[in-house]
Amino acid sequence: MGSHLARTSRSVAVRERDAAARATPPAPPPRRRTGGAGWAAWAFLAPVAGYLLAFYAYPLYRNVELSLREYTVRSFVQGGAPFAGLDNYRQVLAAPTFVPALWHTAVFTVASLLCQFAIGLALALFFHRHFPLSRTLRALFLVPWLLPLIVSASTWSWLLNSEAGLVNAALAAVGVEPVNWLTSPRWSLLSVIIANVWIGIPFNLVVLYSGLQAIPRPLYEAAALDGASGWQRFRWITWPLLRPVSAITLLLGLIYTLKVFDLIWIMTRGGPTDSSTTLATWSYRLGFGNLLPEFGPGAAVGNLLILLAVGAGAVYIGFERRQRLR
Amino acid sequence: MKRTRRGWWRSGLGVLLTGLMLFPVYWMINVSFTRDQDMRRNPPHLFPVDGTLDGYRAVLSQQLPYVGTSLLVGLGTVLLTLALAAPAGYALAKLRPPGGGAVRFLLLIAQMIPGIIMAMGFYAIYLDLGVLNTVPGLILADSTIAVPFAVLIFTAFMSGIPDDLIQAAHVDGANRLRTFWSVVLPVSRNAIVTVSLFAFLWAWSDFIFASTLDGGGTHRPITLGIYQYIGNNNQQWNAIMATAVVAAIPTTVLLVLAQRYVAVGVTAGAVKD
Repeated sequence: MGSHLARTSRSVAVRERDAAARATPPAPPPRRRTGGAGWAAWAFLAPVAGYLLAFYAYPLYRNVELSLREYTVRSFVQGGAPFAGLDNYRQVLAAPTFVPALWHTAVFTVASLLCQFAIGLALALFFHRHFPLSRTLRALFLVPWLLPLIVSASTWSWLLNSEAGLVNAALAAVGVEPVNWLTSPRWSLLSVIIANVWIGIPFNLVVLYSGLQAIPRPLYEAAALDGASGWQRFRWITWPLLRPVSAITLLLGLIYTLKVFDLIWIMTRGGPTDSSTTLATWSYRLGFGNLLPEFGPGAAVGNLLILLAVGAGAVYIGFERRQRLR
Repeated sequence: MKRTRRGWWRSGLGVLLTGLMLFPVYWMINVSFTRDQDMRRNPPHLFPVDGTLDGYRAVLSQQLPYVGTSLLVGLGTVLLTLALAAPAGYALAKLRPPGGGAVRFLLLIAQMIPGIIMAMGFYAIYLDLGVLNTVPGLILADSTIAVPFAVLIFTAFMSGIPDDLIQAAHVDGANRLRTFWSVVLPVSRNAIVTVSLFAFLWAWSDFIFASTLDGGGTHRPITLGIYQYIGNNNQQWNAIMATAVVAAIPTTVLLVLAQRYVAVGVTAGAVKD
């Protein structure tokens, strides 16, 4: 679910930046916006401000509190869990799952990002030259991105099924032994990466495509006149001019990919034996996946994940700033 | 002439690539019509020969309540999101209150918080309040997916409304609330449609809040319907895939009827066109 958010947040941020740039008048603001206007404005803003406090800040606070106390099911319901300091964090960092989960998060994120970006860019370049049907086909490419994740995840589960999956049937046709995509520790991480790349390609395609549209055509015409080859035009015009859009696409992809939970949980539940466990699925499993929930450690893992996401967000905002100053 | 021929060559390749990309979607539909006894056939039928509607019969008899809940949750989320986000967008775009920049910044940050963390926090709070496994609780949680996005969309869109239009309303004696309701909202129709579509789609697709906050309720959404199918009867893949097809209907409707608005939501002025 969180996936969808970051999917669009990028574009919104950029749009907002552009809108802000347009909306900022060069002249000093008119006088009428003083005194009473501030209160009127806050009257319109108050519901969202209150909402942010009640439904973002407070759950986050509760999450931190969960991670600092020694909860049992009983004390979770009745209250009175003893303060445990950083015990939960120590427990989590020492757990045998921690290093693999961190490593899988890194592999999952980097591999997904690179593949989505490369394929998305190649498709964007392909669609950049208009041809009959190109608009319709581009719209169809959005389907994987708009499907509910549970739909995509269960479809891929069946495609990759060891005995009855189409992928293994296709492999058998060319003489390859069946692969236990979802049930062998060797392949499970790759399987969820494949599905995640499939879901992420449309976003990269659409955003990079609109980035390409913004590159002035005369540049290409001039380069063509000078005898630049297709590769040279890509290397010296497309690539540098697309850089800001590429960077934002990658950074938002990063924030989104760190959050991916549904897909992995539905396809493999992080297994077998933690082989596709990431920080997000581990946190869920600790809190909700077992009969005996461990809310404290689960919240601790979640907070570590937030640190990663906020770090990525800081990079993103820093980048935005730099772009704006240019 | 030469150009056209080349264009068609690209169309051919484009169709091929799109077909490849959408193949899993086709496979989902194909499997939803496949008979149980053909399910593990090797090699599988590439077309639903001897197709069956058993999967869809199972959906009709077992999944309809889930669909109803999802519709309710989706519509509730849309209304709540619009009610919160449209006034805020107006304030940020046109009234520019002190501290507005900070709110905007918080909205950007809010979108980066992983859902699992929100879910755990909500779980603890809902347990205290006794609203676990309720539809309003799920609507409230689902709205957190859409509200920051919606405020940013409204702000961006309303920034483009000419100040003269709002001034004229003031001159005519309309107060701010009246101006917002009768002038700003009607011209923001596109933003309203975009926000509604995405808020609905996200609430409809939500799995993490549903599974943590509504896992044991009597009114559960379609995503949990599919999830429980997968967990319970591993064999009836035609029923699972038929439910998936039903769950994909809003996506299809969105793409067919409102493609223009989807594009607004995705690229929302990503780069200046």
